[in-house]
Amino acid sequence: MNRGKSQRRFVFACLAPAVILVVLFIFVPTINVFRMSLYRMGGITNKKSFVGFSNFIKLMDDKNFLEAMQNSIAIIVLVTLCTIVIAVLFAALLSRGKFKGKNFFRIIFYIPNILSIVVIAGIFGAIYNPSTGLLNTFLEAIHLDGLKHQWMGDPKIVLYSVIFALVWQAIGYYMVMYMASMAAIPEDLYEAASLDGATEIQIFFKVTLPLIWSNIRTTLTFYIISTINLSFLFVQIMTNGGPNGKTEVFLNYMYKQAYGAGVYGYGMAIGVVVFIFSFVLAAIVNKITDREVLEF
Amino acid sequence: MNKKHKPSSIIYKVFIYVALIALAISIIVPVAWVFMASVKTNSEFIGAGTNPWALPKEFHYQNFITAFRDAQMGEFFLNSVIVTAVALILLLIIALPASYAISRFDFKGRKFLNAMFMAGLFININYIVVPIFLMLSGANKALHVEFFLDNRFILSLIYASSALPFTIYLLSGYFKTLPKGFEEAAYIDGCGHFKTMTKIMIPMAKPSILTVIMFQFLAFWNEYIIAYTLMDDHGTLAMGLKNLMAVERTATNYGIMYAGLVIVMIPVLVLYICVQKQLTQGMTLGGLKG
Repeated sequence: MNRGKSQRRFVFACLAPAVILVVLFIFVPTINVFRMSLYRMGGITNKKSFVGFSNFIKLMDDKNFLEAMQNSIAIIVLVTLCTIVIAVLFAALLSRGKFKGKNFFRIIFYIPNILSIVVIAGIFGAIYNPSTGLLNTFLEAIHLDGLKHQWMGDPKIVLYSVIFALVWQAIGYYMVMYMASMAAIPEDLYEAASLDGATEIQIFFKVTLPLIWSNIRTTLTFYIISTINLSFLFVQIMTNGGPNGKTEVFLNYMYKQAYGAGVYGYGMAIGVVVFIFSFVLAAIVNKITDREVLEF
Repeated sequence: MNKKHKPSSIIYKVFIYVALIALAISIIVPVAWVFMASVKTNSEFIGAGTNPWALPKEFHYQNFITAFRDAQMGEFFLNSVIVTAVALILLLIIALPASYAISRFDFKGRKFLNAMFMAGLFININYIVVPIFLMLSGANKALHVEFFLDNRFILSLIYASSALPFTIYLLSGYFKTLPKGFEEAAYIDGCGHFKTMTKIMIPMAKPSILTVIMFQFLAFWNEYIIAYTLMDDHGTLAMGLKNLMAVERTATNYGIMYAGLVIVMIPVLVLYICVQKQLTQGMTLGGLKG
């Protein structure tokens, strides 16, 4: 019996299906995104002609794209800031505080993360409905009629309505993540701090926060990538960019151009720009948040 | 906490509870409200003087019947069950041997394959859904068939493929931690490579496999954009719900729309209640999301 040969055959049989599928459904399409961005491709006739970087040049003058870019950046920044503050705060409360029902709150806060985007869009449809929505009727009931708005119709507000839904969806996920890294902090550090007379707030800023900093840094990359993706799904279902492009985000614009309008080459050029943008942004964020790592 | 309470700590405690309860309410109330609205009659939604906060006047379960019968939610439901189940089975059948081989054997090109799977982690399906669509429709045209699009098996295969890099990363990470002795003992007992893998190594990876199943069940069940792009008549539940929402909103049949939301939510919520502990613990194991 030839051991080496049978082992090689076994390893090959184990890996071949996975490699084939990953190449076929992940790498080939990815290469195609880059390749197609250099072509002009029509939907109906499907004629291909090489145009070099002209899709990218056209993109720089496309007002709709620039607006989508602006909206996307606003969404990424605001969703990240709001979610980080709220998630870290609640994670600290739930892992440091000694009170009843901790588990209950953890379970509840995670629920939005398991729901389908379509379900969340439906729920926020019910919340934001101008006449019978939960938000407006609630404001009416507590006599704050002045705060009532056309949450999904008012061009000044609609972007924030989408941002709120995104934050609502994300808090639980990141909270659980921060709780896990807080749980790894040894208890005696807290005891030492509290013997030195530190208040809970001081402990939070001087002990907890520095010690989970590397975890927060990692999640910053997650925020960038997942907000780009989730904002696309939310917008696709909730507003499809409307009213009047006020909630357009770049992946949705790509999808509209490529799949909706059939302008594949141009759509893929948008995809390439977003792809590079997200990598560069993640690298920059990674660089500027780099500090000395505190260990315990 | 062994410290004595200062007066300020009472205010602190109140603040904690207010914050926690406010966030909990913002999640419980809308979800519970959808459940409540799903058994309301249409007259309870439309017209002057209707209060969305009122309890349902009766248990109007007919909304669910209408959703299942007229809006074909039953069919969508079945499609989702099939696609999710097939995708999970494919994923495990393909990912387990691959993770095992890449983590336990030394062979030429192993580093390269490892790097390839890692690179796959960074490619999100949202970017490549249109090229995948073009590839499949191109295959249809080239072979003069209508096979590749609107095919539940192909959809499952794409779901499984999209989850492969992360699953292999997770499972091979686990296989690496097992001591070499297990395989040696198995070989001495006369087990072949295949038997060693299926009878000894894979059963030990059970906790990681469960983590994979939980997360990918949620991902596949909730997936929307790939299904929306590739499917037509054999759509999944998320697509069915989106259609239902569009149709019933214009027809102002709100009760049926909320019944549809409940139909989509229930399997996920039931699963979550059963495995919430493992889910939130397993998350820190992988900690990645699309």
